[in-house]
Amino acid sequence: MKPIYLDNNATTRVAPEVLEEMLPFFGDHYGNPSSMHSFGGAVGGKIYEAREKIAGLLGASPQEIIFTSCGTESDSTAIYATIQSYPEKRHIITSRVEHPAIKNLYNHLSKTGYRVDWVPVDQKGNLDLDFLYDHLSADTAIVSLMWANNETGVIFPIADIADRLRKKGIVFHTDAVQAVGKIPIDLSKTGVEMLSLSGHKLHAPKGIGVLYVRKGTKFSPFLIGGHQENGRRGGTENTASIIGLGKACEFVARHMTEENTRVKHLRDKLEKSILERIPNCLVNGDIQNRLPNTSSIAFEYVEGEAILLMMNEFGICASSGSACTSGSLEPSHVLRAMGVPFTAAHGTIRFSLSIYNTDEDIDLVIEKLPPIIERLRSMSPFWKASCGSA
Amino acid sequence: MWDYTDKVKDHFLNPRNVGEIENADGVGEVGSLACGDALTLYLKLDDNQRIKEAKFKTFGCASAIASSSALTEMVVGLTLEEAEKITNEQIAEYLGGLPKEKMHCSVMGRDALEKAISCYRGSGDKVLDGEIVCECFGITDKQIQRAIQENHLKTVEEVTDYVKAGGGCGKCHEKIQDIIDVILGREKQPVENRKTLTNIQKIRLIEETLDREIKPELKKDGGDIELIDVVGNRVQVRLRGSCASCKMSQVTLKNYVETKLRELVLPDLTVEEVQS
Repeated sequence: MKPIYLDNNATTRVAPEVLEEMLPFFGDHYGNPSSMHSFGGAVGGKIYEAREKIAGLLGASPQEIIFTSCGTESDSTAIYATIQSYPEKRHIITSRVEHPAIKNLYNHLSKTGYRVDWVPVDQKGNLDLDFLYDHLSADTAIVSLMWANNETGVIFPIADIADRLRKKGIVFHTDAVQAVGKIPIDLSKTGVEMLSLSGHKLHAPKGIGVLYVRKGTKFSPFLIGGHQENGRRGGTENTASIIGLGKACEFVARHMTEENTRVKHLRDKLEKSILERIPNCLVNGDIQNRLPNTSSIAFEYVEGEAILLMMNEFGICASSGSACTSGSLEPSHVLRAMGVPFTAAHGTIRFSLSIYNTDEDIDLVIEKLPPIIERLRSMSPFWKASCGSA
Repeated sequence: MWDYTDKVKDHFLNPRNVGEIENADGVGEVGSLACGDALTLYLKLDDNQRIKEAKFKTFGCASAIASSSALTEMVVGLTLEEAEKITNEQIAEYLGGLPKEKMHCSVMGRDALEKAISCYRGSGDKVLDGEIVCECFGITDKQIQRAIQENHLKTVEEVTDYVKAGGGCGKCHEKIQDIIDVILGREKQPVENRKTLTNIQKIRLIEETLDREIKPELKKDGGDIELIDVVGNRVQVRLRGSCASCKMSQVTLKNYVETKLRELVLPDLTVEEVQS
């Protein structure tokens, strides 16, 4: 069964042209980019080209790109690099809806003597900016806010925030793992000091990430070792993946318009049809201000894991904000921070599209999903009481 | 992805005995929408007091639906005395096993069965007896003790897997550990003897504890607390922010704020809310 893959915020397909670009570096071109001989040096040249391509997508310069192993490493590096550079500052800020890579790191730091302020969001998932600006102080070492939310797709006004923080001299990091490749980003026009991205969210392979560090930003390495990445991240380069990521950046830049037109229309069609055909469901997050590929829909009175597994029978791949899928017992912290009621949070499904999706994919979901929800609701003890009011 | 057995998948995709029984002899309702799963079990008896028919309605994940379905197959033909001997372990075994994080689904089935039987007999509600330990999921000490004893649980994590207690905010982990320790016969740590505090010292310590320990936790949920006065050992506070309108705030006040202050300041303190 061919998968109907609507889980692109979890990971994406490696683009065939990206894979093709990578393959020689698993084969004949196995040299170490740091070597003196031209056999290795040639690989070093390709890595520099990749660095330029990535910098090009972000509006950065190649020297500002540090390769890491994943988005999580980029996030940890950014935070640790900064707090080590400003050891006297003991206050850090983030939002209540971050990815675990930041959320759990901040939780950890809060137990080691750091004061943490968590910026709340409103019911649409938009940041409480007044809270953020009211809580800045001379003691604040770093503010880290995601560019776009992985569950709802809601986009934060990162450029504005970065400008304001820059004027105050506070280091600003953004986890842009979900934003890069989906919406245009130009770091030359913002005050963002550090930005994390992850290769596998933009059609490059898993196991490669980038931390952008603006020139002039204080930095202290997280992985200490060799001279690679100008001494900012030790470890022999993941050459094939770096070269693949360079190609992937070209690929997403070329498809950026398509992502924001055709893919967006597919997402809107899916959402509109579901809302029309299925009673008692609602979209989570600010529909005017989100990624073009993401839709988070809450189906009241049913549970997310059950929906996912029934869709799985038709090869439909999505993910859920419910508790049961993650092994935790409470629904996602993002939905709770937004105040989504439990009746809806437990039955939330996230669809996330990519340029590989077609009209046929969406039509299949529109055909298969309504009977699934109806069937699960017919089993639910809460449905009968509530459907009268629907 | 969960490693569900084929039998779990079968009972999830083709559940047996879904529905309600009109004029059922016993009905057992457990769980809630907020908790993420709920089951209503209906039982009909024949003239010989054997279970003739069992039906269910379940809101929940695949293993919750499968456990409910399995339960209805297991009880038909049994007398009530036989049915009440069914354990959660047997429900899980019937399905070829459940992932450990999903064992609470089998416990939910057993609890619903017990409730349905009590309902028929008109006897009291055994399950909800006791004192609430886990506020998030409304789980009592009795339920936790029983799960520990029946399933030989040894850690807080296991208790969470079986009855959900401790799976939310995590504030009850210490209490759950205490229950485990008592059952396993471990010695409880002796409570530290506190030296006598002057009034000023007491108030300062209360203020410090509120600032350092309690406010940051409440703020995570958008709430806050203000110390109004200390009268003897009565700590008078006012709740602010989202706590002020939260229905669970009295529980928070007693089970969290009071417990924390007793632990860190004085064991005799009580906390009360005063209105402005």
